[in-house]
Amino acid sequence: MTTPGDSAAEIWPLWEVFVRSNRGLSHVHVGSLHAPDGTLAVRNARDLYTRRSEGVSVWVVPASAITTSDPDAKGAFFESPAGKNYRHANYYSKSEGVKHL
Amino acid sequence: MTSTITPDPSASAVISVEEQHFNDLIDADSRIEPRDWMPEGYRKSLVRQISQHAHSEIIGMQPESNWITRAPSLKRKAILMAKVQDEAGHGLYLYSAAQTLGATRDDMTDALIAGKARYSSIFNYPTPSWADMGSIGWLVDGAAICNQVPLCRASYGPYGRAMVRICKEESFHQRQGFEILLELMQGTEEQRQMAQDSVNRWYWPALMMFGPPDDDSPNSAQSMAWKIKRHSNDELRQRFVNMLVPQAAVLGITLPDPELHFNEDTQQWDLGVIDWTEFHEVLAGRGPNNAQRLQRRRDAHDNGAWVREAAAAYARKQSARTKEMAAS
Amino acid sequence: MSERSEADAHGHVAVDVTTLDAELIEGPSVATSDVAEYALWLGDDSLILAQQLGAWISRAPELEEDVALGNIGLDLIGHARSLLHYAGTASNRTEDDLAYWRTEPDFRSLHIVEQPNGDFAHTIARQFIVAHYLFELYSRLRASADATFAAIAAKAVKEVDYHRDHGVQWVLRLAHGTDESRRRMITALSDLWPYVEEIFRDDPLIDRLEGIAVRPSSLRPAFDEAIAPVLTEAELDIPRGFVASGGGRTGKHSEHLAFLLAEMQVLTRAHPGASW
Repeated sequence: MTTPGDSAAEIWPLWEVFVRSNRGLSHVHVGSLHAPDGTLAVRNARDLYTRRSEGVSVWVVPASAITTSDPDAKGAFFESPAGKNYRHANYYSKSEGVKHL
Repeated sequence: MTSTITPDPSASAVISVEEQHFNDLIDADSRIEPRDWMPEGYRKSLVRQISQHAHSEIIGMQPESNWITRAPSLKRKAILMAKVQDEAGHGLYLYSAAQTLGATRDDMTDALIAGKARYSSIFNYPTPSWADMGSIGWLVDGAAICNQVPLCRASYGPYGRAMVRICKEESFHQRQGFEILLELMQGTEEQRQMAQDSVNRWYWPALMMFGPPDDDSPNSAQSMAWKIKRHSNDELRQRFVNMLVPQAAVLGITLPDPELHFNEDTQQWDLGVIDWTEFHEVLAGRGPNNAQRLQRRRDAHDNGAWVREAAAAYARKQSARTKEMAAS
Repeated sequence: MSERSEADAHGHVAVDVTTLDAELIEGPSVATSDVAEYALWLGDDSLILAQQLGAWISRAPELEEDVALGNIGLDLIGHARSLLHYAGTASNRTEDDLAYWRTEPDFRSLHIVEQPNGDFAHTIARQFIVAHYLFELYSRLRASADATFAAIAAKAVKEVDYHRDHGVQWVLRLAHGTDESRRRMITALSDLWPYVEEIFRDDPLIDRLEGIAVRPSSLRPAFDEAIAPVLTEAELDIPRGFVASGGGRTGKHSEHLAFLLAEMQVLTRAHPGASW
């Protein structure tokens, strides 16, 4: 399933924009824009999404290139982790109070 | 959880599993995201509201961009340019949000320039004086902020996120407008006159921005149930006037409503009767600048067509060349 | 940003607490009359170009480009304000005194920045040429013996580097886009090229400002070298033809400037002594 919004009918394709606000942080999705190609997309992203020094790095990805999970299958797709409490540290209560654990 | 939502009229009487899930999310004050199932009416309402909002930002650039080349100081010129540029940005954020619902920018633009889409009527009023830059910031952006802040919590995720960004950036828009008026009110007699005259022209249209009175607003109830809209038109209008009165006092400007008075019982400012005739005239396309605004948008779009085509053609050639090189 | 509280719906606008940079770049010194004259050269070029780009906003070929041209215009206004402010220190005038209360013969702008926006190709051709010139200029002005010029140049060079790139990207796209865009790009470049020579013309003022100002003629080789590969890639020839007589540095301007100033100054001049 592709990301919503892309349409082959449009003269300039849709790009999703990700901005890293500071070194040490991940790129975070901030929105989208239209551009004829990647070179101009990254420049448009700079002009549109970092006018107030919001970023130190920008990624642009063609919206059509993103594959997403199917939200209609949401229950099944994300069900598995539920009940596997042993993946979480606070499941192990007997070691409480022991230092450096 | 039992649902408080009015069922979507297009759906069958029995609520489907998907619709129940949607209703539960709304009831739980959670967010709806692009690929979620949603009632067709919800999608349509959102596309209508978000695209109208986007168009308003884009058409709204015009009354102010009129003054970029004539701004009376270099500082004001820079501020105004940055503000009008922000409005283009806000239009883009909103078109992006609408696009996640399957509406394309090209289609939305076509609807706008064909005169088939609505935008805020306020931008069909002219800006004959510099003081209008102040009034637009103080009154029009002020009213817009009152409308928009609750939308940051709109149930549709991309819309809410776009609004958060917009509200954050607009914080300077209202302040700069207020300061333009303040500067004028502290200036010469002519400047004070300019400011008062401008506020006289913009005050009522700004109050009309909140939309028709609650008992005359057909779409409001459903939008509030779906949490696309959070407060009624009259409620927001009242909040706005309560906020304006003390600000007008700081400016030394008179709000052009002789009936405006403080109601001791409700602790609110009661306003005079709004004359909706003019509102409906402007809405019907008979405002002072409707035709001009659309014409300019159409001209920009038409004059830019060859540029958009050129860039698209270049991109096609480049990607063909890249593939050729990869193949060889 | 975290979500706003309901109280904000009452109109209390929460404003981000940010450290604000200095709006103008100011140095410790007062400009001499020669230094002020040179500051006017550079400041007027930026001001006139910014004024022209400001007219594009709400009229660009695509909304993303409204934002891009706006950013370039704002950078240029910033440069103009710092430079005019500095020029004004010589005669106790403000940036606005200089921008709004001088008449045409007192402006020092080059003819190329006075050329009208035309279609998008003309604006791009003008940007392409001027941004490349400004990049070479500010690169060298960073080493000026005058600390204020050096500081202004240090900031400006990074910004015009981006303007240069913007111009390059669009020259390539228009030149290799469609037949129509190629035709328009060629026309625009040949319309603007006659005004290139004036940019690199020396003047006795420069002799008096050795070590402070950058000698215009010294920038020509770097300019030619920088644009050559772009024009080659774009398959555009350097236009041949006449060289415009120029004269902007001594107050002889193109016909366009008077109209531009009339529009820019109209409101301010209707209210002498007013503040805005």
